[in-house]
Amino acid sequence: MQNEFFILLKPELVITGIIFMLLFIKIGKGLKNETLLPAIQFLLLLNFFSGFFLNAEGTLFDGMYQTTAMIVLQKNILSLGVYLLSLLFADWFKKSEHMPEFFMLMLSALLGMFFLISSGNLLMFFLALELATIPVAAMANFDLDKKRSSEAAMKMILSSAFSSGILLFGISLIYGATGSISFTELPALLHGSPLQILALVFLFSAFAFKLSIVPFHFWTADVYEGSPMATTAFLSVISKGAVAFIFMAALYKVFQPMHEIWYNLVMILSIATMVIGNLFALRQQNIKRFLAFSSIAQVGFILVGISAGPGAGTTSVVYFILIYIFSNLAAFGVAAAIASQTNKENIDDYKGLYKTNPFLSWVLALALFSLAGIPPTAGFFGKLFLLTAGASKGSYLFITIAALNMIISLYYYLRVIRSVFMDQHDNPIEKIKIETSAKFALMICGTAIVLVGLLSWIYAYIQKLV
Amino acid sequence: MNLSLLILLPLITALLILLMRSATQVKWVALAGATLQFILAFILLFQFNQQRSAGSTAQMLFETKYNWFPAWNISFHVGVDGISVAMILLTAFVVIAGVLVSWNVTKMTKEFYFLLVLLSMGAYGFFISLDLFILFFFLEIAVIPKYLLIGIWGSGKKEYSANKLALMLMGGSALVLVGLLGVYFSGTQHSFDLMVLSQLDIPIQTQMICFPLLFIGFGVFTALFPFHTWVPDGHSSAPTAGSMFLAGISMKLGGYGCLRVATYLMPEGAKEYATIIIVLSVIAILYGAFATMMQKDLKYINAYSSVSHCGFVLLGIGMLTKTSMTGAVMQMVSHGLMTALFFAVIGMIYERTHTRQVNEMGGLLKRMPFIISILFIVGLCSLGLPGLSGFVAEMTIFMGSWEHPDTFSRVATILACLSIVVTAVYILRAVTKTAMGPLTKGFESLTDATWNEKLAALILIAGILAIGVAPFWLNDLVGPGAEIIMNKIGK
Repeated sequence: MQNEFFILLKPELVITGIIFMLLFIKIGKGLKNETLLPAIQFLLLLNFFSGFFLNAEGTLFDGMYQTTAMIVLQKNILSLGVYLLSLLFADWFKKSEHMPEFFMLMLSALLGMFFLISSGNLLMFFLALELATIPVAAMANFDLDKKRSSEAAMKMILSSAFSSGILLFGISLIYGATGSISFTELPALLHGSPLQILALVFLFSAFAFKLSIVPFHFWTADVYEGSPMATTAFLSVISKGAVAFIFMAALYKVFQPMHEIWYNLVMILSIATMVIGNLFALRQQNIKRFLAFSSIAQVGFILVGISAGPGAGTTSVVYFILIYIFSNLAAFGVAAAIASQTNKENIDDYKGLYKTNPFLSWVLALALFSLAGIPPTAGFFGKLFLLTAGASKGSYLFITIAALNMIISLYYYLRVIRSVFMDQHDNPIEKIKIETSAKFALMICGTAIVLVGLLSWIYAYIQKLV
Repeated sequence: MNLSLLILLPLITALLILLMRSATQVKWVALAGATLQFILAFILLFQFNQQRSAGSTAQMLFETKYNWFPAWNISFHVGVDGISVAMILLTAFVVIAGVLVSWNVTKMTKEFYFLLVLLSMGAYGFFISLDLFILFFFLEIAVIPKYLLIGIWGSGKKEYSANKLALMLMGGSALVLVGLLGVYFSGTQHSFDLMVLSQLDIPIQTQMICFPLLFIGFGVFTALFPFHTWVPDGHSSAPTAGSMFLAGISMKLGGYGCLRVATYLMPEGAKEYATIIIVLSVIAILYGAFATMMQKDLKYINAYSSVSHCGFVLLGIGMLTKTSMTGAVMQMVSHGLMTALFFAVIGMIYERTHTRQVNEMGGLLKRMPFIISILFIVGLCSLGLPGLSGFVAEMTIFMGSWEHPDTFSRVATILACLSIVVTAVYILRAVTKTAMGPLTKGFESLTDATWNEKLAALILIAGILAIGVAPFWLNDLVGPGAEIIMNKIGK
């Protein structure tokens, strides 16, 4: 029993351990950021690797907590994302006054996400979701001297409090309608009565808030723009990934009896999300806002995969999120490298970047092509499998709209490419000195963007776990 | 022979180019790669003919299959029949010529050649694919090199053209993608494999939806009216080698796709929509020809005439007879060689005179006899002079079209034939104005072609003559492939 407890909870325990270590470091004599950061990065790397050993499947606390090989994989993907993030934003971290706190908050959020993915009970689910959200609001406020950052944090906390309220209401409705909050008992009790549909809609809205699905996306752009870049990256990549994982689990396992209802919901919202996200991304000047809206559009594509149902849906979404982490983090990493040295965040400032910074330009190009779904980048495979999975339900109008949306998205990704490679600038961004660790992470991302698609065993591996 | 070599060689060349330090090294590596590929293409032709004459009746030769994504039943399945071999030969010709004429590119030479080689890899991969997934992969892989080649090294309103091209081609691929998914899910055993799918009788409802999706999608690539608008802008803004690749290879991807994927897999759909295809292609042929009459810019002249000539390809496919389809493939090869040569010559002239406006040039024959002679040859080929490839291909299409006794097909054929007269008008006008008459002031010190330009031109001319003088080898190569497609339609 004791052993099982430690083995099953291992990912969470490792993270808790790291948080406590950081706490002690913070209390003790302050170490310089330059010495502390590599140590933290190393710990996060250990955390990532530890995810591959001593894994087991099972449940704890009367089914409140569960873990399977798939859940472990999802946690590993998130750990990898956090590790890359700690490398990519090294420059910003070193300048930050309260670096250990930032990592503590980020790891707390990650801990929340781990519990979230593993939750087997609506109560656990709610607690974990709160743990995954509240620290992020504090992270959004981390540019302490910037008013916009506080504004972002305020917007984030208000909107997430609102969505939590809706979620709680939905949970109470479910409990009222079925008398149970356990994920394993619920499917047998759900059969699509009006009250249950209402509960599904409430629960769905809460997910929609976190994933910034249209029409619950209004907080996204402002929060993304105001927050420090590292927080933005965390929000748009890791946080979205975690919520998408549990969203799938909730729909496929708990609400499977009502799949006809949620299929239509997912389809309509997917179309709305893709179209609105794409149309708003067309005119953005700020690179953070641009990536915010493009990530909204990407969520629309994730929903296409989710609509496919268990099996192909799970595989293609997990695969896509893995690719999405590499692509989006690479884009954020390049933007961060430029912003931290020149304070330039506008797409127009990138004109002529290729002349001075070829490495950053190629990584950015790879990342954007991957986000746009152009071969040979992994994004092509990710998007194609999402669409193939979605098409298996036979709704071709839906798939056609999704495919046409890829053209709109290509248009705005090409805008950035054009700025970087084609346009001339009298006063281009000068040669940027990239932190070694950031460069290393950008290389990892770039290599992964090329290889994750071509190496088909990665997809096969994910599929085996479903 | 192992067909993967055709993809591996460009890939290795591209990687080597990235490792090179000086521009000169880059150029020689690219040329070496293109030459090896050229030789490889001929070895392929030789071995193919050898196997066929030895009595091999398999539909596809040199097949290799490797399971890629077992979850989706996607395999890396390659193989060639006569049609593919013809297209691969065309690609090899255009690539080596393109590499040669770009010898003077000084701006970011390494990136230029890298993208050029990447683009050629996409074409080779596309022509040997027997799995629709990798076919689509290679179709799309070429979009970005095209975009960057035009946007960075182009001239005129290059950003606009590059954007337009990338978005329209992407739109075409989006339609292709939906069509492919429809085909994929049509059978009980989901498969992207062309050979498996061709054994399948795809339900007629699926054909009615997916055939137009696939045909229009591929049609965008090959300037199907009214989706041809990227052609003039894209071609005229692209650098010389870019235009050559675009018109010579890239537009042929569409024609090949229409034939091999849309028509072959969905014969019922093809029959159903044949009328519309014929109408659209005749419009493209006539509209392209008349639009060319109005052009003053040499590149625009060739671009619009490409719309017209590619209309013949679609006409040949739409007529659905064995002869017309053979003619369509011959027209693809012939037009590929011819238009690549045309763009090469325009590039050579432009590099010396710094203008492409026909009325700003005159009497160039005196200063650069070699270049202008090529211009004459290519012009004559374009207007269909017997002895050159254009005549053979277009004649075959007309013969095939005439096999239909009904009035509609007859009228369409006659209208298409009429375009040849128009072609003669615009070609002769442009060529005469450029070559004859008094030499324009300021052009006295122009020089003739350099070795690389001569070599490029001679290689392409050799191809044009080989088809024009002895068309039977191409006919024999392509014919059996077209027959298999026809058998499926006749069934």
